[in-house]
Amino acid sequence: MINKGEVQHIANLARIGMKEKEIEKFSHDLSSILDFIEKLKEVDITDVEPTAHITGLQNKSREDKIEKFENIEGIKKLFPEEKSGYNKVKSVL
Amino acid sequence: MIRELHEKLISGEITSTQLVEQYFAVISQKNKDINAYLTLTKELALEQAKKVDEKISRGEEIGILEGIPGAIKDNICIENVRTTAGSKILDNYTAPYDATVIKKLKEAGAIILGKTNLDEFAMGSSTENSAYGATKNPRDPERVAGGSSGGSASVVASDMAVWSLGSDTGGSIRQPASFCGIVGLKPTYGRVSRYGLIAMASSLDQIGPMAKSVEDTAIILSIISEKDKLDATSTPSVNKKYEDYLTGEIKNLKIGIVKEYLAGLNEDVKKIINGVIEKYKKLGAQIVEIELPNAKYALPTYYIIQPCETSSNLARFDGIKYGMRADDKKNSDYNPDGLPKNLLENYLDTRAYELGAEVKRRIMLGTYALSSGYYDAYYLRAQKVRTLIKQDFQKAFSKVDLILTPTTPSTAFKLGEKTQDPLQMYLEDIFTITANIAGVPAISVPGGEIKNNGKNLPIGFQLLGKWFDEETLLNTAYTFEVN
Repeated sequence: MINKGEVQHIANLARIGMKEKEIEKFSHDLSSILDFIEKLKEVDITDVEPTAHITGLQNKSREDKIEKFENIEGIKKLFPEEKSGYNKVKSVL
Repeated sequence: MIRELHEKLISGEITSTQLVEQYFAVISQKNKDINAYLTLTKELALEQAKKVDEKISRGEEIGILEGIPGAIKDNICIENVRTTAGSKILDNYTAPYDATVIKKLKEAGAIILGKTNLDEFAMGSSTENSAYGATKNPRDPERVAGGSSGGSASVVASDMAVWSLGSDTGGSIRQPASFCGIVGLKPTYGRVSRYGLIAMASSLDQIGPMAKSVEDTAIILSIISEKDKLDATSTPSVNKKYEDYLTGEIKNLKIGIVKEYLAGLNEDVKKIINGVIEKYKKLGAQIVEIELPNAKYALPTYYIIQPCETSSNLARFDGIKYGMRADDKKNSDYNPDGLPKNLLENYLDTRAYELGAEVKRRIMLGTYALSSGYYDAYYLRAQKVRTLIKQDFQKAFSKVDLILTPTTPSTAFKLGEKTQDPLQMYLEDIFTITANIAGVPAISVPGGEIKNNGKNLPIGFQLLGKWFDEETLLNTAYTFEVN
C-alpha cells in the first residue's frame, strides 16, 4: 500500500502537479500495480547478474568529432519563449 | 504487394504520383471514421513521387520500395513534420531532424503519406490513451485497433497505406497487427537504429515494419536495419536482403511450443493456434514442447523496467526547450493568483496539464521504484530476473529454431472495455512482452478469423526467433502464409 503522502512526495520528485482527487486515484492504482509486481519477490536471484543490455554489446567508442547540425533554426523555432535568439526560461532563484 | 506495385511502376502501368493520389483519395474517405492519421504529408509525398516518376521516365533503375507509399508512427521524427507522440505536450512540436529509419527510407525513395496515431508516448494497448482520440478497428468500428501502433496497423488494414512503421516496447507492433489482420515484425533489439524514435523504455524499444505480407515486412527491414553511430545500442550491420531468404521451405525445422501458454486460451483461439501447429507439421516442421519457466515473470519484470526507464526518459518534457509550456496567467493551480510563476511551478503545471493519465501513472511508478532506498528491491531485481528469462530462451533455442505462441489472448476488444483497470490492459501483452524482455525478434502473422456478432475478427499467431536470426523467422512466417 502506498499512501497519499508518499504519492505527493513521488509527484513532487516527478515534477507533476497533482490535485487531491488525483492523489487518491494514484494511491489506489499504484498500490494495485505494486501488488502485482510483488510476484518477483518469489524468484531466487542469488548469484544472478543483472542484464542492462540484452544482446551483450560492449561499450563502443568513436572519435569525438564535432559535426555540424544543419537545422539550427528548426531547433530555435521550438523554444516556447524566445528573446533575441535565446531560449527564455523562468528564473531559478 | 510491394513487389507487384514495383513491377507496375516499372512497366508504366501506374505512376508513383497516381498511386499517391489514389491513397490520399482513400484516406479522405476513411480517415475521419477510423482516425488513424494524425498528420498528412501530402506535399512531401507528391514531391517524393515526382522524383521517382522522373527517374522512371529517364529509364533509370528504381529500388524495390521506391515510389511506394507508407505511413510512419507519430513517435518517429521526420524533419519539418509535426511529431506529437500522441501527446498534448508535443502538440506544437515540429521535428528538426529525420530519424535514421526515415533517412534510410527517403534514400530508398519510399513515399511517406503521413503520421499515424498511437497511445500517448506509445504507452498502451488500444490507442485509447492517445490525446487525439482512439483509432477504430477497420473490421469493426466499435472495437479497438490495438496499440500502441494502432494507427500504423489500421492504415495498412484499411488500404490507407501500403506499409507502415511502428515501434514495439512490449508488443506495440504485434498486438495491433493481430487485431487488424496484418503482419507486424519486431526485430531483434539493436537491429534497427532508435535514433529519432521518441524514447519510452530504451532497453526495450525497437522500430519495426507492418504490412499485408511477410515479404513486404522483409523488404522494409532490409532497408531500415543498419548499424548507426547515432544509436550506441545498434548492432553491426549485416547488409542482408531479408526478402532473399524467403524460400517457402521449412523441412526439419524445429518449432517449440509452450504447453502452459496453450492451456489457458479460450476455445476459439485455441482452435486457431492448434490449426497453425497442424499446418506447420504438414509443411515438414517438427513440433517440440519446451519450457520457459521464468516467462511468467516477464510481465511484472516489464512493469518495473519500463516505468523506470520511462520516468527517466520523459523527464525531458518539461516545457523548457520545446513542446508546450504552461501559461503564466492560466492554469495557476500551484501558485497564488496573479504572481509570475517560478521554475518549479512551471514544471508542475506543464506536466500536470499536458501529460495524460497513463503516462503519469508510469512516470509515478518508475519514480517510486527508482527513488532512494528502492533501487535494489525493484529495478536491480527486475534486471536479474531479466537475465533468468534470457537464459530460458538460450536453453530453449538450444533445442528449437523458433517458438510459436498466440500473439494475443483474444481478438480485438471493444472501445472502453479495458480503460478503467490499468492492470487488465497490461495483461493484453502477456504473450508479446517476453520477446522485448529477452530482446529476441518476433513476428505476428494472421492466423485466422473468429466470428463475433456477425463480424469476422482476425487474430494472429506469434513466432519468436533466435537473436539476429530474422531470416529464419521471416521464412517460417512466409512459408505459412503462402501455403
